[in-house]
Amino acid sequence: MAEQMNIHIRGGRIIDPANRVDSIEDLFVSQGKIVASGKAPAGFTADKTIEAENQIVCPGLVDLSVRMREPGQEYKATLKSESAAAAAGGITTCCCPPDTSPIIDTPAMASMLTQRAAEIGLTQLLPIGALTTGLEGETLSDMFALHQAGCVAFCNAERPITNTIIMRRAMEYAASFDLLVMLRANDPWLSDEGCMHEGEISTRLGLAGIPEAAETIIIARDLALIEQTGVRAHFARISSARSVDLIVQARERGLNVSADVAIHHLHLTDYDIGKFNTFCRVTPPLRTERDKDRLREAVASGQIQAICSDHQPHEKDAKLAAFSDAEPGISGLETLLPLGLKLVDEGVLDINTLIASLSSSPARLLGIEAGSLGTGNRADICIFDPDVEWLLDNTKLLSKGHNTPFKHWPLKGRVTSTLHAGKIVYSDS
Amino acid sequence: MSRNLQYTDSGKLHHFLSIEGLRKETLEQILITADKFTQFGQRDIKKLPLLRGFTVVNLFFENSSRTRTTFEIAAKRLSADVINLNPTTSSTSKGETLLDTVNILEAMHTDLFVLRHAKSGVAELIAQHVPDHVHIINAGDGQHAHPTQAMLDMFTIRQYKGPFHELRVAIVGDILHSRVARSQIHALNSLGVHEIRVIAPNSLLPAQVERLGVHVYSDLQQGLDGVDVVMMLRLQKERMSKAYIPSEQEYFNLYGLTSESLAAAADDAIVMHPGPINRGLEISSEVADGPHSVILPQVTNGIAVRMAVMAMILGGDNNG
Repeated sequence: MAEQMNIHIRGGRIIDPANRVDSIEDLFVSQGKIVASGKAPAGFTADKTIEAENQIVCPGLVDLSVRMREPGQEYKATLKSESAAAAAGGITTCCCPPDTSPIIDTPAMASMLTQRAAEIGLTQLLPIGALTTGLEGETLSDMFALHQAGCVAFCNAERPITNTIIMRRAMEYAASFDLLVMLRANDPWLSDEGCMHEGEISTRLGLAGIPEAAETIIIARDLALIEQTGVRAHFARISSARSVDLIVQARERGLNVSADVAIHHLHLTDYDIGKFNTFCRVTPPLRTERDKDRLREAVASGQIQAICSDHQPHEKDAKLAAFSDAEPGISGLETLLPLGLKLVDEGVLDINTLIASLSSSPARLLGIEAGSLGTGNRADICIFDPDVEWLLDNTKLLSKGHNTPFKHWPLKGRVTSTLHAGKIVYSDS
Repeated sequence: MSRNLQYTDSGKLHHFLSIEGLRKETLEQILITADKFTQFGQRDIKKLPLLRGFTVVNLFFENSSRTRTTFEIAAKRLSADVINLNPTTSSTSKGETLLDTVNILEAMHTDLFVLRHAKSGVAELIAQHVPDHVHIINAGDGQHAHPTQAMLDMFTIRQYKGPFHELRVAIVGDILHSRVARSQIHALNSLGVHEIRVIAPNSLLPAQVERLGVHVYSDLQQGLDGVDVVMMLRLQKERMSKAYIPSEQEYFNLYGLTSESLAAAADDAIVMHPGPINRGLEISSEVADGPHSVILPQVTNGIAVRMAVMAMILGGDNNG
């Protein structure tokens, strides 16, 4: 059995932020777990040795937002295809928002998804439960039962909860059981039919804009409710400089809030939409250079704790449309780490901070066993060559979604092997 | 940024999608070519054989009578075969079928599509997906661009007011939703007018509009002070229900062009409107039909300008 393999990872630079390790050491895996670092434990015989010289060995990545598209949109992607894509991207934990069809608002759906992903066995799937039944924003979902069925957090996906009393009660209820609430701040009236950042570029293109205030207003509202309810809350995929400021101020006041950003918001702005490039249609929208710079700064300083792929694979036709009709999202699993390494290459942040924001920090936010290479931990490991230079060919992505604005981008650094629960789930050789 | 699809590698005009991205010389050549066609239009025999054997398809996903008709007349005067198609937008709301429609027509060996669509960017999208021998003229895409309208406006301004560099031009009304205004602003800037003003309440101005190179006024009288050209825009009546403005009455009182408000402009100012006019909403009949109005000549000029653009795209040796 592959799971039983003893694996010796030799000569790599181990970066394990959870345990403050950054050194060249060997790593030993047995029975699906990390059994030792440095020296082999007594009696260890390797069935397989991975040569990791000049490579970095880090915890398998933890991605806070991954649309697998199954069930409900298998024409876009499947658990099988996206699990393979995650493994190829070094991602061993994928958190799935509840806007599947059916919606993840029943324990049965939550356990079904987890189990099916486990059967495929290429990555761990952690469902995010619906905060309200059917994501309708009217009645609370059975949060505790969903939690018991494996939901690591609760959110209302892209559907804003406009009724503030419902939001308050959802937070109060979640706080009773110390459940994490994830918030995607968006005022539906201000964003209305908007499909990109409101500013000079939207004016030139004649596209309805989404003002920055559509995000900041809801963050301000939710922060007031978080303060009142004491819930553990996380702002998912923030897009603007002022959003960062609001969250930083709230943390300074002692609120228990965190935030993540999608990797593409650290690389692209509304300017990249160019002449209606639908691959740059994302929600929240790409904003200005100033916003991008502030988001980068916030990741580097730890004000934003996690970077996610916000993976949203699409079939070809979803993007072959008028910009405002094109479906939002980027197929991002396989570019998450390389685009992160590009930030390191550009001097935006150091490699340890990058790896923390891709693994140990999101794992800590979720309170899960992942993102650590400590002895005894499940052997979820990402091994990558930080120096290999390559051009992204979107047609070669393992994800069924080839929708990426990073087509033909020069990238540096690529996953060579991924281990999930001690099993080699991806290898480039 | 994607490459400029509007020119071939050798610099010839290939598609006509938006004024933004076109060289000043191209705009000037359109005006010069249209001049020749205007003189021609006054003769008894109005047909020229320039586009004989070419097939032009008017593909209007959004209703229009004036623009479609003038394109049709323009193509026929150049001896092209013309087909008019009005696919309903509902059956083509997905890009797949939108491109399907074009692919099917393209398989019938059409040469030029004159395209109108309610969504911004569709002309560009189609231009990206047609083979090299097929050309696209944008006849209006969403709130993005209406470049032939802007060029017929430039032609009319030049006809009545002479060289551009001395002129002050005011654009009045619903700038936010107007593809015409956007194309006008780019054309006026490219041709080097002295000043462009936009006049509207802030709720009808797009974000950071000043970055397009215009001065912003919310007061009609101040904005019209001394201008040589007044370009009115159509106000859709549904703007009230979405709270862009309070009422027709208040709008007309503040932004309606009347003899009194027009008095602030230069004595010999011209008044333009892309049509159709909402009399009593954005303009009084007195002004629309009055001596300053060049609204009907605009329509006539639309034919010559559209002939010029088609001839430059399909014709032999025009180096835009």
